[in-house]
Amino acid sequence: MEVTKELDEKADEAISHYPADEKRSAALPLLHLVQQQFGFISDDAVSWVASKLEIEPIKILELVTFYPGFRQKAPGKYHIRVCRTLSCAMSGCHQTMERICEIAGIDRSNVSHHDPIAVSADGKFSIEFAECLASCGTGPVCLVGDDFHEEVKPKDAKALLAKYK
Amino acid sequence: MAEPRYITGKKPHAREKRMIFRNVDRAGWNPSIEKYIKDGGYKTLKKSLKLKPGEVTDEVKASGLRGRGGAGFPTGVKWGFIPPNNTKPIYLICNADESEPGTFKDRYIIHQDPHQLIEGILISSYAVGAKIAYIYIREEFPEGAIILENAIEEARKAGLLGKGIAGTGFECEIYVHRGAGAYICGEETGLIESLEGKRPYPRIKPPYFPAALGLYMCPTIVNNVESLCHVKHVMEMGGKQYGQLGTPRNTGTRILCVSGDVQKPGYFEIEVGKLTMGELIEDLCGGMKKGRKLKAVIPGGSSAKVLRAGETYTIRDGDQEKNIGLNDIPMDFDTLAACGSMAGSGGVIVMDDSRDMAWVLNNINTFYAHESCGQCTPCREGSLWMKKITDRMLAGGGVPSDVETLVSVGDNIAGRTICAFGEACSWPTQSFVGKFPEEFKKHTKRRNVGKALNPEAKVASASLMDKD
Repeated sequence: MEVTKELDEKADEAISHYPADEKRSAALPLLHLVQQQFGFISDDAVSWVASKLEIEPIKILELVTFYPGFRQKAPGKYHIRVCRTLSCAMSGCHQTMERICEIAGIDRSNVSHHDPIAVSADGKFSIEFAECLASCGTGPVCLVGDDFHEEVKPKDAKALLAKYK
Repeated sequence: MAEPRYITGKKPHAREKRMIFRNVDRAGWNPSIEKYIKDGGYKTLKKSLKLKPGEVTDEVKASGLRGRGGAGFPTGVKWGFIPPNNTKPIYLICNADESEPGTFKDRYIIHQDPHQLIEGILISSYAVGAKIAYIYIREEFPEGAIILENAIEEARKAGLLGKGIAGTGFECEIYVHRGAGAYICGEETGLIESLEGKRPYPRIKPPYFPAALGLYMCPTIVNNVESLCHVKHVMEMGGKQYGQLGTPRNTGTRILCVSGDVQKPGYFEIEVGKLTMGELIEDLCGGMKKGRKLKAVIPGGSSAKVLRAGETYTIRDGDQEKNIGLNDIPMDFDTLAACGSMAGSGGVIVMDDSRDMAWVLNNINTFYAHESCGQCTPCREGSLWMKKITDRMLAGGGVPSDVETLVSVGDNIAGRTICAFGEACSWPTQSFVGKFPEEFKKHTKRRNVGKALNPEAKVASASLMDKD
């Protein structure tokens, strides 16, 4: 893992938001910085964050394995999160998920609680279900990277994917 | 994809009273500080800074404002729990971890009116004596986090953050802290653990009431986004005046978010208790979808107990008791509690007669099984058992004892856990199975013996009721 000067500076800035003797508070912000830059959180990254915060690496690893927002494996170029929860399910998110996978060539048959992400054969898209994205009135909704999309019906899947080259 | 439904310039419904959502969808509006200040923004902060902190708290107490995050606890009373002889730093945390299924109000405040939230945070920080405030925002609002950070920068440049705010001796910093996708971080002690850089395992109360032993074991006030915005309006109007809005003990306005099987889902800011469930569904949301009848409503986020169409509830009206139906329930804290459910976070999920209640409960169970933090055994194991049982019922592998087992698992979680997640995950099972037993019994006839049970695929195809 190559730590750029910019990443290191951003990490120091994040650490400065918390009291000097409570650096551990910056764990989530630092993990976000790492994931933003590399797409996922490697073992090296865990060690780096731990050393920045002067705590044992296990105290960082236990966060990466707990929080659904952190990944330990590389996603596709574009990572899609489809909301699975009640209002979106009532408006057809399972069908939307199926259609996106069909078009993008993603096989979700092996996903599990501990390994929820499936990647397309060409590595362009990856996908997982997310728990309630808090836009229940406009379901089905999904996030592609940081972009939010509302009312994504199965028939809209093609146009959605076409936005991402 | 449809164009965004909530377009700028969309007029609020005539029954709404917009205060918090005044600028949401407003024509010609944008979230910049220029717009906000030109519109009278930050005047209330300056007015509040002329009072003593205790006087601000007194106004909030007088307003009767109750927390909008779920529990409905009086905000001013919560602030009053900070020990009077405290010498440690005090923290204020804005809970922007909006994640209760059915709830989508904070999203619009953050995206479209971030300065209203910042003003509310600053007034509240002044009242409780906090020099640092954190906005804990859920990771799934990446755009919201950037908007807030920009707004904080704008406020700093305008002399409204840091030292000597608005030329007074008051100092305060606000930082945005992003979560990482865990629902349990909406629980205030879990949120605090998360903010300390740990797994968000909730703390046991007593002794860990945040107002006394919160962030870094210092006094900490955790308030919901909407609650903090209300503080600004309380100070603008005066506590007593604010208390005239809504109904006694259920004061002010609140945002109701409606989703599910109605013609026009959306968000509506109403005076608390001045609108009934029937009016909400029929008038504001355009009624049920064509040809469909109302079957059930979850009135306050997915953990609230479900209400069944056709039920009657006995409520007190002054000294009298009276019976009312689902459509007559006024949308306030106390009546919904008297009807055996709760106003919770304001997320109303409406279901029509095409919905299979076992499928609905399975969806909710899957959520809670995924989100249990795993600290307490009854919740960690029980939430997953409930999900596995409803999975199996939908996949055609149900057995007659399943109905009873489901309820008994739920009964053995509630009241036996450190935090309220135990109740949140068992109330849906207790209420859905208790109120719709026939729909669950239907799934106890084995249909697919011998076939592989692939819950997700089955669940998807079983979304509509079996007609057999």
